[in-house]
Amino acid sequence: MLELIRNTKIDFLGKRKVAFILSGILSIIGIIAIIQIANGRANLGIDFAGGTAIQLKFEKKIDIHEVRKAIEEGGVKDFDLQDLLTVNKMLIRVKKTEQQLGQLSDMVTGTISQRFPDNKYVTDSVTVIGPKVGGRLRVDAAQAIVMATLGILIYIAIRFRFDFAVGATVATFHDVLAVLGIFFLLGKEINLILVTALLTIAGYSLTDTVVVFDRIRENLRARIKEPVERVMNVSINEVLSRTIVTSFTVLLSSLALFFFGGEVIHDFSLAMIMGVIVGTYSSIFVASPIVLLWRAKRPFARKQKA
Amino acid sequence: MKKNILWRFALISFTVLFAILFFLPNTPLFSRMPSWWKENMPDKGITLGLDLQGGVHLVFEVEGERAVEITTERIEQSLKENIANKKLSAEVTREGLAIAVSPNSMDLRKVIEESFPILTPVETGTKLVYRLSDKEANRIKENAADQAIETIRNRIDQFGVAEPTIHRQGTNEIVVQLPGVKDPKRAIEIIGKTAQLEFKLVDDASPIAAEIPATIKPGEEEALLKRFAEKLPPDDELLFERIVNRETGEVTKRTILLKKHALMTGDLLSEAKVNIDQRFSEPYVSITFNAAGAKLFEEITAAHVKKRLAIILDGSVYSAPVIQERISGGSAQITGRFTMDEAKDLTIVLRAGALPAPVKMLQNVTVGPSLGSDSIEAGKLAGIIGTILVVLFMIIYYKLSGVIADFALLLNIILLLGAMASLNATLTMPGIAGIILAIGMAVDSNVLMFERMRDELKSGKTPRAAVDSGYHKAFWTIFDSHVTTLITAAVLFQFGTGPIKGFAVTLSLGVAINLFTALIGTKTVFDLINSKREVKRLSI
Repeated sequence: MLELIRNTKIDFLGKRKVAFILSGILSIIGIIAIIQIANGRANLGIDFAGGTAIQLKFEKKIDIHEVRKAIEEGGVKDFDLQDLLTVNKMLIRVKKTEQQLGQLSDMVTGTISQRFPDNKYVTDSVTVIGPKVGGRLRVDAAQAIVMATLGILIYIAIRFRFDFAVGATVATFHDVLAVLGIFFLLGKEINLILVTALLTIAGYSLTDTVVVFDRIRENLRARIKEPVERVMNVSINEVLSRTIVTSFTVLLSSLALFFFGGEVIHDFSLAMIMGVIVGTYSSIFVASPIVLLWRAKRPFARKQKA
Repeated sequence: MKKNILWRFALISFTVLFAILFFLPNTPLFSRMPSWWKENMPDKGITLGLDLQGGVHLVFEVEGERAVEITTERIEQSLKENIANKKLSAEVTREGLAIAVSPNSMDLRKVIEESFPILTPVETGTKLVYRLSDKEANRIKENAADQAIETIRNRIDQFGVAEPTIHRQGTNEIVVQLPGVKDPKRAIEIIGKTAQLEFKLVDDASPIAAEIPATIKPGEEEALLKRFAEKLPPDDELLFERIVNRETGEVTKRTILLKKHALMTGDLLSEAKVNIDQRFSEPYVSITFNAAGAKLFEEITAAHVKKRLAIILDGSVYSAPVIQERISGGSAQITGRFTMDEAKDLTIVLRAGALPAPVKMLQNVTVGPSLGSDSIEAGKLAGIIGTILVVLFMIIYYKLSGVIADFALLLNIILLLGAMASLNATLTMPGIAGIILAIGMAVDSNVLMFERMRDELKSGKTPRAAVDSGYHKAFWTIFDSHVTTLITAAVLFQFGTGPIKGFAVTLSLGVAINLFTALIGTKTVFDLINSKREVKRLSI
């Protein structure tokens, strides 16, 4: 029997102060990110902000600075340029354009064809999003996050006691905030595909939490005389290996996506990798302590007497 | 007990068989199948999304307000005629969507309200102000969107795109998807052109005409319009004709003062085709009117000999020749320094008819075929590597039981592809990511069960009892963790656009199928092993 983790007796709940500080910082960064996004001060993708994105694939190596110069001289302002991880691919994004939709991409490609006549390219993709659609997608994304969270909260509340639901929801929010915050700090683009990853993380990070909670619930019934904190610690230790193994397999497939899946879902996989790691951490260090805290305030003794 | 295993074994075999059957069209094998097979067996398979096969996804907004305005304009014209016919004198003016008639008299009210019951009075003071009723305005907007879809469909059919998707979204938006289109820019232009063809008289007699500069530079139009906005006669408008100097290639704009009222519009057209001008060997578009159009055109030309008649397309003058004599036969020409493609595209939009109102492009997602095939290759590679990593890990960590979990994983992938094919679902790049994530999640259920079994074995149970109680006890944990993922997938499906919907589909199918493969698939294998003889030791 190969067991990487065997009969551990780690005092997870005892470390809750450290965990709360770390998680507090992560969550605050996430909240700051949300405020900045709402104020339009984040690196919003064109699907939220509106604008034009053009992805070109060149035949030969091309210098990004020269391309930047060429586009600037072509009269396009306020754009950013990004080398993609696939060779000779480049992404040009122009935000909030005054020009009529569609004309801008012609302007950019026209300039590049003119300036680099001996380095041919194919247009991989052109995405043009009008401000109206961008605004609508922002609202949709916000609604989706609220709906998903509510749905999960309701389901957990039905299947577990309310205090467990609180713990699971706080842990889930924590995971989403942490990944969003890290993306924000890294200056990564906040776009639809990231929201998709965040929602997936919300759904998946619960898997670990449910595993832990199931065991705590089971052990609370069996070890009714022991203090809750100890029961929780024992439970977390008992399921530690499966918590880590289940996350590890998803981490493996996320890594495969990150390294081999191509540029379209590169950021998505990065978010998933972070989400899986943060989700595992939070199901151990955040979810249960929250339940414990919540119970400490409530008349938990009543349950014990009963 | 044994019967039970057999029954489950049959169920698994059947589902796998069906999955393969449905997925077959996506494999090269399908083309080699006999014809009876192709005719009678599923032939659709999984469709590739626009992001994987290349193509354009466009969203247009129909400017319904404009359609209401056009109708109001028409009513204004016929109202003037009606009042004149009744030998009443009144001043009829229009401001946006409101028609004002003065003075306010019972006779006029009667005429207006009898001939146009769709108008509702909004002001009955010194003058009468009418608007189209809200109900009528909404009907017009509704109609405009319906008609626009029809027209766009016609244009795309003539342009030639295989399997376009055109549908309405909300009240006034039109979604157009053109998979594999070669020249997206041209397609967008053809769809978006209003193609409102009008014939209007040039108002050379107006004293103001002499004050307006004959030609201006491009870009100066707006300033000029502003300058003359107050001075133009109320029935006139100022439009421009684009002039290209044949020697220098210099572009200028010629100003033309026109009577606002269109004598004729493009709806009486029966045919449009490209011809080549003999002198400059330049393409031009010749149009032929239908019988009613030909008659009207003859009447118009007869009534306005020696005057100039302007041909206007979408608010730009293309030419304004002097009518030398009455023109019978019902044909006209549109010239304008077209390229061959432009001329061809113009015939397409003219034949398909004008859009009832202008459309505005809200969104354009164009994916070239090379990115699509790059994505597919990357997705395949990531999928294979991800699968290998997970498969190896399971064998190393769980030994023979890991092999059983890997068998379940394989089953999961086959059933997932089969389920997508049977639903004729669309596979997108995020969808591929969903499949690969589902691969990682698929073994989770087995991990949960195996760990339970280990617990049970440690507590001294026999392998068979450990398997049974392991499955039994892990069931609700597995169920709960799957449901939470399904909730988010459902939300994603609800709000997502094309590619993300694809992700929600693959992820939710993957998770649902996983419940089946984990709870029935692997359990059957364990039972099969245990049923032969009492296993002494479980390789886990």
